[in-house]
Amino acid sequence: MGSGGRVKVRQKNKVTLNQLTAHEVADRVAKREVTAVEVTEACLRKIDEVDPLIRSFIRVDREGALWRAADLDRRLDEGERPGLLSGVPVALKDIFCVKGQEITCGSRILKGFISPYDATIVRKLREAGAVFLGQTNMDEFAMGSSTENSSYGPTRNPWDPERVPGGSSGGSAAALAADEAITSLGSDTGGSIRQPASLCGIAGMKPTYSRVSRYGLIAYASSLDQIGPFGKDVEDIALVLEVISGHDPLDSTSVSLEVPRFRDALVDDIKGMKLGVPRECFVEGMEAGVEKAFRAGLEKFQALGAEVIEIGLPRIPYSVACYYILSTAEASSNLARFDGVQYGIRSGEAEGLLDMYESTRRAGFGEEVKRRIILGTYVLSAGYYEAYYEKALKVRRLIKEDFDRVFSSCDCVVMPTSPCVAFEIGARMKDPLQMYLSDIFTISVNLAGLPAISIPGGFDERNLPVGLQIIGPPFSEEKILRTAYTFERNTDFYLRKPELKE
Amino acid sequence: MENMNYETVIGLEVHVQLKTRTKIFCGCPVGWGGEPNTRVCPVCLGLPGVLPVLNRKVLELAVRAGLALNCEVSGFSKFDRKNYFYPDLPKAYQISQYDNPLSGPGWIDIQTEGGKKRIGITRAHLEEDAGKLVHFEKEGYSGVDYNRTGIPLLEIVSDPDFRFPREAYEYLKTIRTVMRYIEVSDCDMEKGSFRCDANVSLRPTGEKELGVKVEIKNMNSFKAVERALAYEVKRQGELLAVGRPVVQETRLYNADLQKTFSMRSKEETHDYRYFPDPDLVPVILEKEWVEEIRSSLPELPGPRSERFREQYGLPEYDAGVLTAERPLADYFEAAAAHTSNYKALSNWVMVELLGKLNDSDSTVEESPISPEQLAGLLSLIEKGAISGKIGKQVFAEMFAGGKDPEVIVEEKGLLQISDEGELDKIVEQVISENPGSVADFRGGKEKAIGFLVGQVMKITQGKANPGLVNQLLRRKLT
Repeated sequence: MGSGGRVKVRQKNKVTLNQLTAHEVADRVAKREVTAVEVTEACLRKIDEVDPLIRSFIRVDREGALWRAADLDRRLDEGERPGLLSGVPVALKDIFCVKGQEITCGSRILKGFISPYDATIVRKLREAGAVFLGQTNMDEFAMGSSTENSSYGPTRNPWDPERVPGGSSGGSAAALAADEAITSLGSDTGGSIRQPASLCGIAGMKPTYSRVSRYGLIAYASSLDQIGPFGKDVEDIALVLEVISGHDPLDSTSVSLEVPRFRDALVDDIKGMKLGVPRECFVEGMEAGVEKAFRAGLEKFQALGAEVIEIGLPRIPYSVACYYILSTAEASSNLARFDGVQYGIRSGEAEGLLDMYESTRRAGFGEEVKRRIILGTYVLSAGYYEAYYEKALKVRRLIKEDFDRVFSSCDCVVMPTSPCVAFEIGARMKDPLQMYLSDIFTISVNLAGLPAISIPGGFDERNLPVGLQIIGPPFSEEKILRTAYTFERNTDFYLRKPELKE
Repeated sequence: MENMNYETVIGLEVHVQLKTRTKIFCGCPVGWGGEPNTRVCPVCLGLPGVLPVLNRKVLELAVRAGLALNCEVSGFSKFDRKNYFYPDLPKAYQISQYDNPLSGPGWIDIQTEGGKKRIGITRAHLEEDAGKLVHFEKEGYSGVDYNRTGIPLLEIVSDPDFRFPREAYEYLKTIRTVMRYIEVSDCDMEKGSFRCDANVSLRPTGEKELGVKVEIKNMNSFKAVERALAYEVKRQGELLAVGRPVVQETRLYNADLQKTFSMRSKEETHDYRYFPDPDLVPVILEKEWVEEIRSSLPELPGPRSERFREQYGLPEYDAGVLTAERPLADYFEAAAAHTSNYKALSNWVMVELLGKLNDSDSTVEESPISPEQLAGLLSLIEKGAISGKIGKQVFAEMFAGGKDPEVIVEEKGLLQISDEGELDKIVEQVISENPGSVADFRGGKEKAIGFLVGQVMKITQGKANPGLVNQLLRRKLT
């Protein structure tokens, strides 16, 4: 066992600027109590201090961030109306296209690719006044649950640097847990926001599929991918979600629904709310510390006036198999464009076209990515399509029906986010299947397209954070936020911070 | 003949470029020529993170085409990814339609030697075009021009209904005519907005099952299609005649050698791993919208040609020529509204007008003579105000200057002389000056009168009413 996390509870009167939440920063910058440059400098200092160890970032855009912050300050001084995120330093997963920046999706194959355009969420964050600190580390092409599959080396968990931060958005989660950024964003295909949020002791939300535009998000599995925020508290989640949500004419799958003022949902009251707990979630292999924290969480909900009922999601055990067919099928097609023709690396020694393709992809992709491309190619092949891909689509529909039925008798479903806490670096790399199974609680949510949040739900005996997951019906983000907010206001898990040794 | 006991079976796949301002999944302009990679954006370049958004105009044009091909236009269709690697395909998959095409079974009638023949349409579906490879052989490298990437195409797949290469040729002509009629495509083969691949097989006459099929590509004109098919039918026939098998493969046509050459065998064919494109939502067509489009369709060339034969009493040939292009048929009908001598009008349009337009390399829409003016010219001739011969002279003037025929006749003093008194004098003069011909005629040589009429016309510079002159001469000489 590693050394375990050393805990320090954040005290409001002694915080440094980089420890603030996004709503605190936006508020104080808008009132001109602090400048965007001061907050940005505080984050950059923290990055200098801890990132050589944690390695949350693949690249830090120090000059760009400071220039942007100074420009914001000048404009605010001139009387420009502040945006919702004015002066908030944001860490972006290396999967969102940012104009003029190198974006690599954690992969060697995209080295040197400078995006000529902004992702829609990047544009929206920019317009709201955010300052971009740089790109955070991730499992290559978002394939993984530990950030160990990055071509740039693993990120370490601030609670215990011997352990993983989770994945695939591990860099964004670790950056927030270590206070290197004020807020951060990730993408969630099978749990890639919620699981690292859980392992790093912060909040992270996957919105309803289609709530946030995917334009400019480098696709892993298009029908499952969804962008979402990490937050130091639930209010930050609501704030950022409000900024990034909404229909986008550049994404045909984005929904034409008006964006609610999510912060209005933050009411400290869940009396009478019905929370469903699936009996299937007490699986073999769930760590004792996780189960203990989860049961304590359920008692807390009851104490707060919610009714906790047992429900059944009988198809959940099939979700991992279903997910690894559908996601890899889509990935095999989505990742085909990385062929060395137009951008990224190209193998220099190729003889002829086919050889160029093969050697470029052999050199450019890591093991896990290759494994999934091969899997996906196989399940779509003539003669296997019906047995795998088509069958998995049917299972996906059944999983969705499971949730539909459950939501007729409860408001939200509550589950652990992950059956385990942060594990040691290298511990699961030799057993991909074991790694896949650690996504058992998050994957079904993506298959059903539902919104879900992971919030700090306690700590295990080694003081490693345990996440609590709240899942709702489509477009019920407000209900989820309210439930999460109430839990948060009546617990102090979210205020605990890892104490990083230098 | 070697293949006497075999029946030819041909099916065609036609790619029609839809006439839109912008590409199918992004806002880039559609164009032809120009510098490479100047009509591109992150979306059609397939950069990481981009998403396609369907161009609504594409849908409208594809529905028009489907309806014109008598297809069932599906209320539900979707887009699929066709996966394969090639440098001209930036996403390494082409967005196409696999099991839910926009348009289902339909048909189109073509003219053959044996009369009208109905050709089945299997389906018509949407897809995006790929880019173009440019090879710099001296420099030793290749480049890709993505200007064409994402241009909207409609692939029209026929049933294997053709028995002769000539039928395929007629079918292509008919498809082009229809597509141009309904303003869905320019169908310009030279600019690549109309392309055709063929599947050819032979089977023993009377056999139901299809023989081994060969796909033929790289046919760049209608003539090339006919020639390539004829070559291929002969090649397969010769193989079968000596008991050798036809190999399932794709062959390229070489227009210079007028032969087909093997490109890839069946073993090398791709497994395209089609699956629904998760980036696009299914297309749900509202019935009312489809009906709206149906009612906006113009009368199609086939039915129009039949109507021309009935309504205007024109021969089949005339009706076919006049309705082959919509502007010409419109021109004819606009003129026909002002005259009743339809056959004469047809002659004037087909011979004089098309001839002059051809010479000046211009289109019907650019004609300096309006349909009303042409009808005016015809009525001058009909009334006897001018002769047909003078008519041609007036027509030339009209074409050159755009003036009304009445004005030209007036200005140039071309009015026909139908005044008996005036002509009488000239006729007398001709009789007295040509005693030889007069004697011939009186001696029974009927032809001699033609010469005498000609003399009168010569003196009057063609303005004399030839019928009247003839009458006068006969009266005086008998």
